[in-house]
Amino acid sequence: MNINEINIHTVSVSMDKAYETAAMLRNDENFDFLFDIVGMDYGDSLGVIYYLSQSSNPQNILSLKTATDNRDKPELFSVHDLWDSANVYEREIYDFFGIRFINHPDMRRIFLRSDWKGYPFRRDYDADPTINPVPLDNERLEDMETSPSVSMIMGQETEKVHTLFDNNEYIINFGPQHPATHGVLHLRISLDGEIISKIDPNFGYIHRGVEKMCESYTYPQILHLTDRLDYLSGTINRHAFCLCCEKALEIEAPQRAVYIRTIIDELTRIASHLIGWGSMCMDMGAVTAFMYGLRDREKIMDIFEETSGGRLMVNYNVIGGVAGDIHSNFCRKVKEFIPYMRKMLKEHHLLFTGNPIARGRMNGVGYLSKAKAISLGATGPSGRASGWHNDIRKIEPYSAYDKVDFDEIIHDGGMTFDRYVIRLEEIEQSLRIIEQLIDNIPEGACKEKTKAIIRLPEGEFFQRVENARGQFGVYINSRGDKTPYRVKFRSPSLVLVGALKEIATAPRTKVADLIMLGGSLDYVIPCIDR
Amino acid sequence: MIMQIDKILRIYLGDTWALLTEFVLIGVALLTVYAVLALILIYAERKICGFFQCRIGPNRVGKWGILQSVADMIKILLKELIHINRADHFLFRLASFVIIAASICTFAALPFADGAHVIDFNIGIFYLMAVSSLGVVGILMAGWSSNSKYTMIGAMRSGAQLISYEISAGLSLLTIVILSGTMQISEIVAQQSEMWFIFKGHIPACLAFLTYLIAGHAETNRGPFDLPEAESELTAGYHTEYSGIRFGFFYLAEYLNMFIIAGIASTMFLGGWMPLHIPGWELFNNTMDYIPSVVWFFGKTFFCVFLALWVRWSFPRLRIDQLLNLEWKILMPICLINLILMTLVVAL
Repeated sequence: MNINEINIHTVSVSMDKAYETAAMLRNDENFDFLFDIVGMDYGDSLGVIYYLSQSSNPQNILSLKTATDNRDKPELFSVHDLWDSANVYEREIYDFFGIRFINHPDMRRIFLRSDWKGYPFRRDYDADPTINPVPLDNERLEDMETSPSVSMIMGQETEKVHTLFDNNEYIINFGPQHPATHGVLHLRISLDGEIISKIDPNFGYIHRGVEKMCESYTYPQILHLTDRLDYLSGTINRHAFCLCCEKALEIEAPQRAVYIRTIIDELTRIASHLIGWGSMCMDMGAVTAFMYGLRDREKIMDIFEETSGGRLMVNYNVIGGVAGDIHSNFCRKVKEFIPYMRKMLKEHHLLFTGNPIARGRMNGVGYLSKAKAISLGATGPSGRASGWHNDIRKIEPYSAYDKVDFDEIIHDGGMTFDRYVIRLEEIEQSLRIIEQLIDNIPEGACKEKTKAIIRLPEGEFFQRVENARGQFGVYINSRGDKTPYRVKFRSPSLVLVGALKEIATAPRTKVADLIMLGGSLDYVIPCIDR
Repeated sequence: MIMQIDKILRIYLGDTWALLTEFVLIGVALLTVYAVLALILIYAERKICGFFQCRIGPNRVGKWGILQSVADMIKILLKELIHINRADHFLFRLASFVIIAASICTFAALPFADGAHVIDFNIGIFYLMAVSSLGVVGILMAGWSSNSKYTMIGAMRSGAQLISYEISAGLSLLTIVILSGTMQISEIVAQQSEMWFIFKGHIPACLAFLTYLIAGHAETNRGPFDLPEAESELTAGYHTEYSGIRFGFFYLAEYLNMFIIAGIASTMFLGGWMPLHIPGWELFNNTMDYIPSVVWFFGKTFFCVFLALWVRWSFPRLRIDQLLNLEWKILMPICLINLILMTLVVAL
């Protein structure tokens, strides 16, 4: 065991021991939160890095590495029975690296089509367009009914093909084009009357291969891609990437930039929560609430526009600080916004929170237990609504979060209403943070000088921040070039769809509930389809 | 003037043909009013909804956007009718006509003004309830024949919803029938010349008015009862697969049904075209009579329409089990008790 960072411990084990070690860590050492699994192609071997954390001791991070030398038929043991979130992560690695996970129940490709040739994240991947041509005619519908799996019993491998749905089930294709999936998500749901019996999420309709693109982009170029992951908390994602690069370069942003970044992050969080709140209300049929949310968000967009020129894609954080100084109206407008938003929050509660129909709808559905939330990796407001302390701003305060006083909102109910109201309460906390910072922005430069061509030193760098949906993580593996060797983003939204599957298949959950639960988890699809 | 037209027609065409011509003329007049009202209602809804949501609403076509719904009507007329594979085409086409026919039949029974009343016979209320419930047949047809799972769920929801809420709506109207002792609509309006039924009928009438507004609102499939078309769940519910003017028929019927429910509510409870009269206040009553009866009718009806819009743009949607609970466990018992109360009020 070697220590290469203050609180990240790294353990490397051979592939045979990986599962045992993982099980030991999970059961004996209480590493109950699988933050992310990063797939790696080391050139000679293929491997994975498990980032593990503890809910009781959230600042502890342990990275567990394992690899296999067999490039033709790489196989590792699945840990999906230890952490529920491993289910999607392992499918993603199978899709990109071709590593098959033994005992995983559902070894389908997650983002790419099942007939895609090659594994794009391998270093020897051939991107020749003739291998995977862009089809110009009507395509045959993909097989969505079956899923393969590999199991190992007594050292004997057996391959199986499961059918996901029976022939006589009433299956509805919910999406990819649907008004309430918040993007291009495709849920195949099996219905018994109005009651949901099975859900099978399909991703990848707008997958852009951001992580693959990163491997050929320089670091400042990658910044522009981060805004486009979770577009509603774009600045926060970008902040994470900047922090990660700054950590690697061992530079620190000037205090002025740190304050500005924090304020901008919190404004983004408010804007995102307003959209999240509004679209959840709209999912329940209250269009007016959505409009109210948009109206208030518009004020924040105006503030962003004045300072950075961008409204949704703010493009403001750069490595070493922020792109330019704030506009002279910035402080005044933010100060005007705080009392305005407080007043409007009251109105939002008045319009919707106390509404008997809304309360009736949210009552008694969508229970997510704390243990399940941790196992699924449902971070952010959705996890905090189940009583899980997972706010990175409190766990490892980055930027100016250690200088401000705010509460981490925790609800113990785990019900839909908790997830609903926690967003409105977090808006209030964000206002508190901004209030404390806005008058104290230090004078000085807003950007540390960096070299024209940024080369990160060799090594692995990891940074996580709290975006509006949960823990967003950046993993950079650098070989000292001007482009990274591998970049992985930990999307908080991806696992939230797993949480949706979990809570929406509870007994007596109806179609109308599914939509509302999706709204209550507030996932953003471009973050899933990276 | 109408009498003169009648006389002239009878002189030139003879009795039978004159009657037939008059039928056609009245039919055309009704359809025109129907279409124009739909345009006004659509414009009003979009504008009022805009104000509710802190928006301006349509403001580009014509002054204050008043020609917006005309432009939209032209657009919808020009749109392509999309052919649905493996749909039951006969029922698919028939459905939109059934819906619009049911809606127009109900519409024709409304007393618009003093004397402007097309269908009026001694079982008027019975007729109203009968034809207004025909619409559900069209909705079920549309949902079934579209060959889509979304429309099917929408149609099934709608069937359950309309059949349930018909009971409350019917019982609330029956309360007024007990009070007035007649089913003839013109007679009901005439009886309110002294005082509107909502004042005359004490608490039972007020209760019946409220339950009728709720049940009627549910019958029009509009929010918070818009489960059959629940946009965020079923995209557009039973009319998902319709396009062009066939969709336009559904759209038209939806808005006119809202008007019809409001019209019935104002006729039964708020005196229809009857001006506001307070017994003993002769001068006041005479002044009120100067306002034309058609203004009274449309004023009251649009007031009820506004209530419907207000509710629609404030409340989230109910879930199907809550919807049925509300009807069978709350509204219907209230209506039944209310009916007994009204009988007591009348008997004593």
